[in-house]
Amino acid sequence: MIDRDELLHVARLARLALHEDELDSTAAELSTILEHVAAIKELDLDDVEPTAHIGDVSDSLRDDSVATSLPVEVALAPAPAVRDDGFLVPSPQGE
Amino acid sequence: MTEVDLEPVIGLEIHVQLRTATKMFCGCALGFGEPPNTRTCPVCLGLPGALPVANAEAIHYGLMIGMALESTLASVSTFHRKNYFYPDLPKGYQISQFDLPLCSGGRLGEVNIHRVHLEEDAAKLNHAGASGRIEGADSSIVDFNRGGTPLAEIVTEPELRSAEQAGEWLRLLRTTLRTLGVSDVNMEEGSLRCDANISLRPVGSEQLGTKTELKNMNSFRFIERGIRAEVERQRALIEAGESVTQETLHFDPKSESITSLRSKEEAHDYRYFPEPDLPPIVITEAMLERAKAALPELPQAREQRYIEHLSLSPESARLFAWRAELAEYFDSVCASAESLKPQIAANWVTELQGRLGDQEAEDSKVSPAALSQLASLVEASTITQGSAKQILDELVANGGEPSEIVAAQGLEAVGGADELAPIVAAALEANPELTARLREGDMKPIGVIIGEVMKETRGRADGKEVTALVREQLGLS
Amino acid sequence: MSDEIQSLSAVAAVAAIADGGLSREEIFAHYRSRAGADELNAFTWVAEQAPAQIEGPLGGVPVAVKDLFCTEGIPSQAGSKILAGYRPPYTATAVANLEAAGAPLLGKTNQDEFAMGSSNENSAYGPVLNPWDKTRVPGGSSGGSAAAVAGGLAPWALGTDTGGSIRQPASLCGVVGLKPTYGAVSRYGMIAFASSLDSAGPLTRDVSDAALFYRHLVGKDSADATSVAFPESIEIPTAERLDGITLAVPTALVDGDGVEPGVRASFEASLETARQLGATVTSCEIPSAAHALSAYYVIAPAEASSNLSRFDGVRYGLRRDESNLDAMYTETRHDGFGDEVKRRILIGTYALSSGYYDAYYGRAQRVRTVVAKELAEVFAGADFIVTPTSPTVAFGLGARTADPLSMYLSDLFTIPMSLAGTPAISIPSGLSEGLPVGLQICGPAFSENRILSAAYALEQAIGFNGSAAWGAKR
Repeated sequence: MIDRDELLHVARLARLALHEDELDSTAAELSTILEHVAAIKELDLDDVEPTAHIGDVSDSLRDDSVATSLPVEVALAPAPAVRDDGFLVPSPQGE
Repeated sequence: MTEVDLEPVIGLEIHVQLRTATKMFCGCALGFGEPPNTRTCPVCLGLPGALPVANAEAIHYGLMIGMALESTLASVSTFHRKNYFYPDLPKGYQISQFDLPLCSGGRLGEVNIHRVHLEEDAAKLNHAGASGRIEGADSSIVDFNRGGTPLAEIVTEPELRSAEQAGEWLRLLRTTLRTLGVSDVNMEEGSLRCDANISLRPVGSEQLGTKTELKNMNSFRFIERGIRAEVERQRALIEAGESVTQETLHFDPKSESITSLRSKEEAHDYRYFPEPDLPPIVITEAMLERAKAALPELPQAREQRYIEHLSLSPESARLFAWRAELAEYFDSVCASAESLKPQIAANWVTELQGRLGDQEAEDSKVSPAALSQLASLVEASTITQGSAKQILDELVANGGEPSEIVAAQGLEAVGGADELAPIVAAALEANPELTARLREGDMKPIGVIIGEVMKETRGRADGKEVTALVREQLGLS
Repeated sequence: MSDEIQSLSAVAAVAAIADGGLSREEIFAHYRSRAGADELNAFTWVAEQAPAQIEGPLGGVPVAVKDLFCTEGIPSQAGSKILAGYRPPYTATAVANLEAAGAPLLGKTNQDEFAMGSSNENSAYGPVLNPWDKTRVPGGSSGGSAAAVAGGLAPWALGTDTGGSIRQPASLCGVVGLKPTYGAVSRYGMIAFASSLDSAGPLTRDVSDAALFYRHLVGKDSADATSVAFPESIEIPTAERLDGITLAVPTALVDGDGVEPGVRASFEASLETARQLGATVTSCEIPSAAHALSAYYVIAPAEASSNLSRFDGVRYGLRRDESNLDAMYTETRHDGFGDEVKRRILIGTYALSSGYYDAYYGRAQRVRTVVAKELAEVFAGADFIVTPTSPTVAFGLGARTADPLSMYLSDLFTIPMSLAGTPAISIPSGLSEGLPVGLQICGPAFSENRILSAAYALEQAIGFNGSAAWGAKR
């Protein structure tokens, strides 16, 4: 159902490392699940609208009024690495 | 592929930061150069558990843009998640719009609009060089102040055919947005950003060639130069029998070179799906009425008004209407002297702008009142056209009042027979040969006589008046 | 005194505090001491002391809160290693509402990682034990909250339900669990699993406690665009009879293979009790119920795959391998997430990816429409749908961990209501082999008052005694 290449592609999209010894078992588990849920592929749903949101919400917008922001030290407190009041990360390639 | 004329096919994608008080999905005030990470909250930092709530004012601005661009406005519009990882994207997805954008279709000037949708801006990633903290790795610092700023993305149909046309159209768009008051539309500061999709095709062909996307050109000059360079690059490839690769490109204005933005081109799969945290936005009659009521006079309407009500030439009307700042300056000049004919005022504004280059008239040392005074002095024949241009040079350089400059430098026109007649007589007397030719009806030497008089009066004489006096004194009819 | 406090329901404790017979300090100290001596691994953090000022209609009766909720300055780890030690700078609206109503935070409860699981074995902080039998699971994902209430470590608790995560552990632990109408309780500050399905609700000793708790939980929150105002106030139920009430049983579903005989027997007995109280019991069809399970296991992972993208090692939580950006992302997420979470991220990413969206996510959303329609059709002719909450009683620790799919099947009866966004309650209906069985009562959107009323009448008639769980020494 899902082979190693597909699994690696999906893991890449999800930025999830899969180590060599995890590949086969993960592919097998996912295949079992996907085979089960694939039952919905058989249904005739052509005339059915998809539901993305449940319920009717009419007043979901926000007024454009300013709320207090977090102090910078609070924003940075849980960060794994900080420099110059910013979040420090390895640079993206090509930057 | 020889002997075939190729034409560029250009479409623009413009990102406009909206000038709301707060961010797109949270109550943080928009950041403008504050210290890093001082305009953040759980929502725009993407903290666990935080939820977005859409800013009603951003929707309002979006509707105004849609109306100004003659778009079809959605009755129900939805947000989607665009999923990808990048350090400037705190949630791992950007909230954007997908199949139900706020505005579809539309037109501005000669160009059709494909769509206008709302989304949130990314944070700012500043390169930090090699870091002590991160061993040996090149590192960057993320500042989330900008993250979540409301953006309207305006996408044109691929209908532009040259870099110049693209630049001119973009100026019209910028003026339209500035007039709407929905954005600062400042390219240098990043509140207006433009990407261009560029391809070439044989003239007459309906089929589109392989396109490239030219990113992040941050001034009008660079946009035109970037597009021109990319068109030439593609033309060279095609004419050499090679093919264009679909890729994202970066234009370096210093070297005029174009480089591929991603070293290894990774296939994108953004996995768009409806944003479950945001219910569909129902556009109510009240929202539409409010947006409509907020629309000011737009450039194309202004152009019409200038032609029809002020009798401006079509050239002047378009020049001003497409540059809102210039139009406002022109309006001020007209307002300072009501007796002044608008076209005369327009000519002087154009004269001024010609001396200013990239600078805006309103930022110059020449006030609208000074320019209207200058124009009025010419109209009243108090000074000559030539003196006026000298005075304008002086105004551009140092500012001041035209009447004071006239008085200080003694530039009043030498007018009336009493003052000018003796000077003309002296000039004729000093050039007997020429005077003889003039008597015989050969008017060619008149220029030399006028020149003599101008020299004597330091330009304060009116050429027509001098000619009239020559004729009178020589008895020519 | 201690036994006396322990025997009080939350409603009774609120009354005792109001009368002056019990002080706020006493009840907090009592449960603080019990939670501190937790042998069930139900708590991941316990408060040192109650906040100084506790005022409000909940009288100071403390509450245990699932660790999925953010609490300012207090560890909020969602059962995940990736959030080890994370202390948020803000408090979830649901928790703030309870505090404002006079229920101080007693502690944070253990759970399946990011609410993904039905046994509480998917916690980075160890499994929770079922107080009825410590070799068995408490159910999940709100297993810590259910076990804390069942084990008498907390008077009541806040949990979350995405596909059954309140109802199923309530069933397996012999307590009451209410999954609200979608949107009735704010999700702000509740760490998202599947945003279009997540609901916060109470786990309590009895139905009256659930009603009182729920009264102070609901409300429109301007910070949650999907939240809605509850159209009426929540009443403390008093009904003794079910006259004129029709209960519909989805027969084909309930008669399915996976339902244990003991569970079936308890369910049949509950139906008989209902009839004696005056209810009419009919049968109904939910033809797409089996597909609902499949649709759920597409929609929930799809939304989760996106919701969990923010755990990238940049702003908070675990970070691994800083040698380059990609390594940081992929190794942080590899080490920070547990197996089940990774499975669901991969399934969800796959279901949303180019070429598969229509076949999986798009179709699942259509199944969702069908399920909601089928439930609405049943509610047009019946007041409630009733089912066993879980096909089985609490199973042994480790019994299903090797087979993710069998774990998923334990949500069969709870998932249709999650997809439809409609409310449902689980109440204890008796014991099977000495372990609690749950009865699920489901109604249309915003029918919580009627559900609580019917649940109360049945609860009184059934006379389940949960105190055995904290008295029993097994």
